Amino acid sequence: MTPPTATAVDHGHVTVSAPAHARELHSPKGGLGHFLSTYVFSKDHKVIGLQFLFSTLVWFLIGGLLALAVRWQIAWPWSDVPVLGKLFAQEGGQMAPEFYTMLFTMHASVMIFLVIIPILAGAFGNYLIPLMIGADDMAFPTLNMLSYWFMWPAFFFFGASFFVEGGAASGGWTSYPPLSTNTASSPASGWGQTLWLLGLTMVGVSSMLGSVNYLTTIILMRAPGMTMFRLPMTIWGMFITAVLQAFALPVLTAAGFMQLSDRALGTGFFSPEGLIVNNAVPGAGGGQPLLWQHLFWFYSHPAVYIMILPAMGMVSDILTTFARKPLFGYRPMVYSVAGIAGLGFIVWGHHMFMSGMNPALGITFMVSTMMIALPSAVKTFNWLGTIWGGRIQFTTSMLFALAFVSMFIIGGLSGIFMAATPVDIFIHDTYFIVAHFHYVLFAGTAMGVWAAIYFWFPKMFGRTMNEFWGKAHFFLTFIFMNGTFFTMHILGAVGFPRRLADAYHYETFHHLQPLNAFMTWCAIGMVASQIIFAANFFWSMFYGPVAGRNPWNANTLEWTAPSPPGHGNFDFQPVVHRGPYEYSVPGCEKDHLMQTDPPNPAAVAAALAAH
Amino acid sequence: MRNRLSGIFWSLLFLAVPVLGVATFAVAPAFDHWLPKDVSTHGVQIDSLFYFILALTGIVFVATEVLLFWFIWKYDAARSDRPATYIQGSHTLEVIWTIIPAAVLLFLAIYQMNAWADVKMRRPDMPPTVEVVARQFEWRLRYPGRDGELGTPDDLHLTNDLHLPIDEDVLIQLKSMDVLHSFFLPNVRIKQDAVPGMKIPVWFKARESGEFDIVCAELCGWGHYKMKGRVTFEPRPQFDAWLERKYAEQEATQPPPEAGESLVAN
Repeated sequence: MTPPTATAVDHGHVTVSAPAHARELHSPKGGLGHFLSTYVFSKDHKVIGLQFLFSTLVWFLIGGLLALAVRWQIAWPWSDVPVLGKLFAQEGGQMAPEFYTMLFTMHASVMIFLVIIPILAGAFGNYLIPLMIGADDMAFPTLNMLSYWFMWPAFFFFGASFFVEGGAASGGWTSYPPLSTNTASSPASGWGQTLWLLGLTMVGVSSMLGSVNYLTTIILMRAPGMTMFRLPMTIWGMFITAVLQAFALPVLTAAGFMQLSDRALGTGFFSPEGLIVNNAVPGAGGGQPLLWQHLFWFYSHPAVYIMILPAMGMVSDILTTFARKPLFGYRPMVYSVAGIAGLGFIVWGHHMFMSGMNPALGITFMVSTMMIALPSAVKTFNWLGTIWGGRIQFTTSMLFALAFVSMFIIGGLSGIFMAATPVDIFIHDTYFIVAHFHYVLFAGTAMGVWAAIYFWFPKMFGRTMNEFWGKAHFFLTFIFMNGTFFTMHILGAVGFPRRLADAYHYETFHHLQPLNAFMTWCAIGMVASQIIFAANFFWSMFYGPVAGRNPWNANTLEWTAPSPPGHGNFDFQPVVHRGPYEYSVPGCEKDHLMQTDPPNPAAVAAALAAH
Repeated sequence: MRNRLSGIFWSLLFLAVPVLGVATFAVAPAFDHWLPKDVSTHGVQIDSLFYFILALTGIVFVATEVLLFWFIWKYDAARSDRPATYIQGSHTLEVIWTIIPAAVLLFLAIYQMNAWADVKMRRPDMPPTVEVVARQFEWRLRYPGRDGELGTPDDLHLTNDLHLPIDEDVLIQLKSMDVLHSFFLPNVRIKQDAVPGMKIPVWFKARESGEFDIVCAELCGWGHYKMKGRVTFEPRPQFDAWLERKYAEQEATQPPPEAGESLVAN
């Protein structure tokens, strides 16, 4: 193995002044124009990152409340909904079944398209990429600004759809035709569905603008000495995510336009001949409902990895920092991420095992799906290897990162059940799959996001979040989360189907209400626990203890910049001498060697001697 | 200040994950929160594969979660003066933990193919026993009449009340009139989406009499939750008698629909 410090000994610690445009923009101007260009239509990646962060956290709250309304109906069907019941009640305070289908459709759509994808790539990708690679900003600052402002039409379309006639989209977040294309098939497949498609397209434009920017920035703008294999795993996660976005998104966008055209122009891409829905006159035919499923999942399966790879990267960085140890198996970790991305493009058919697709084709997708479990397993073992033999510091951030590993194991293993096609016959579209993706996306990604928020908060706002309340937030979230989601596996084993407004009239499921009530209480507790987080977040922003440049004694470049970094990021030109994970290097007096630290003569000598 | 209790507390929290996780799965069957009764001949293959994967993933789950707990417990900085081990990785370990899971997953992939082929690919060579046409929000059933052929004037039309004989293969021709639906028989371990424009064959053999649920498992609109049917399995003589009785009822109440005026174009 190459000694970490021996390769870049010729670089000195070069100090240069901040780039010219940075100084120019730092000059005080004042006035509304200045305010708008600094905080609203800013081209600074950090401001854009924070704009994404605040917007997505607001939608996170909305998505969470939608989930609570869903849980209310599952636990106590047709009973009056407290507080909110008055707002939407047609009869008394209970929700109508079409309202319920809208709730779960919009819960998933909001969480996926307005929270998870933009909070990972938009908020953390924007904030961290230039800082962690040692660049003063993104390659295309204007595109970057647009990538945020294209989210606003999406916010508008999704938000407005709740108020149009028939309500917001209610064909499921997968929007399968003909339910989504045929306006006679459901009350909400009018304007609600059109707005949903427009919103989705806008999120796609935003992601695409971000994606080309991230790729260009990471490839071209790394600091001197920052080779690809010295990039922190966070950046690898963002890089591979951007590749996935760039190659998969066009397919979804095209499919979205085809669905719009089916709805607005009367084409029949996704409708067979002579379809009679609700006794309405048949429209154009000649299409195939399964075509949408293929196109949709060709994007949306890679999107599953878009929703986890950046979190995996951030968790890797946080685990090493608080275990004070190098990442175990850096290159295998990078290759695993790349392997997940590659295989991610050939597994989409596992969403369609029961769809009527040729069962022989199902077998090939089953084999590729089994194999994609492998890189995830390798990553898990390497995380365990990373904390083995470390000196673990129990910060809030570390607890969330450890929870990510612990929960990702569950989410990964439960996936094997669905990948096994014969077992999938029984558990497909039951709560087993609901358990699986909530373990990956909430118990996985959301834990990673919280770990990242607690970790990078001092860099973003110059102050540290309160550790006691952070841990209280972690503890309650962890307990309630498992109470809500682990029990879903059991529901799945009974065959309890997802998306049913009331399943208790079935003989098979009539006895499951008490368990569902328990889960709903846990869900209420989980959402309520976020009050602690919100209070801590805003209080610490103004009154938290002031953090220095490097409060966690971490190694990567962002910790060499001021907290918060000014426009242009670095007050010196960072030069990279080593990989990102040089913790507890023998013979080194402090337990971490930052990527910019000049080579330590003693370590170089020791490394050369060891050769 | 070193807080020794902190590490102990958090380690135990992570230990609770495998302990309570296994306990949940151990206790659930005792409360009848488990796989519903299976009355099919192929279901045992599916259920045993489920148990096999449960055992396999259970072992990996407990092993990795306990290791995670143990490392958190043992390498707590507050309770140890041991310096962190400076190690970048291990080629041998990487090879081991790549090859072993790869072999297990590949084995699992090959092992299950036969069960899948039985349920979805090895279609018995026989005419359809019944045609099931899904529609918002009901299951329309059409039995071939006395001539044994579907699409003729003597077809028997029913709704939501499916009867099938036991101890013999049955072949269902599954269609949809409007949107996607999914024909889900929890007690027969059968699920198949109904797709407008497609005729999808579904087959199985029931081995026990009884009455069970038909559930729609693919979102089909606001009434998705109530798209409920019942399936009754009975020995051939009872089945034939039921068919005859229903046929007589249809003859008595309505003239048979004209040929070609079936619900869905063939």
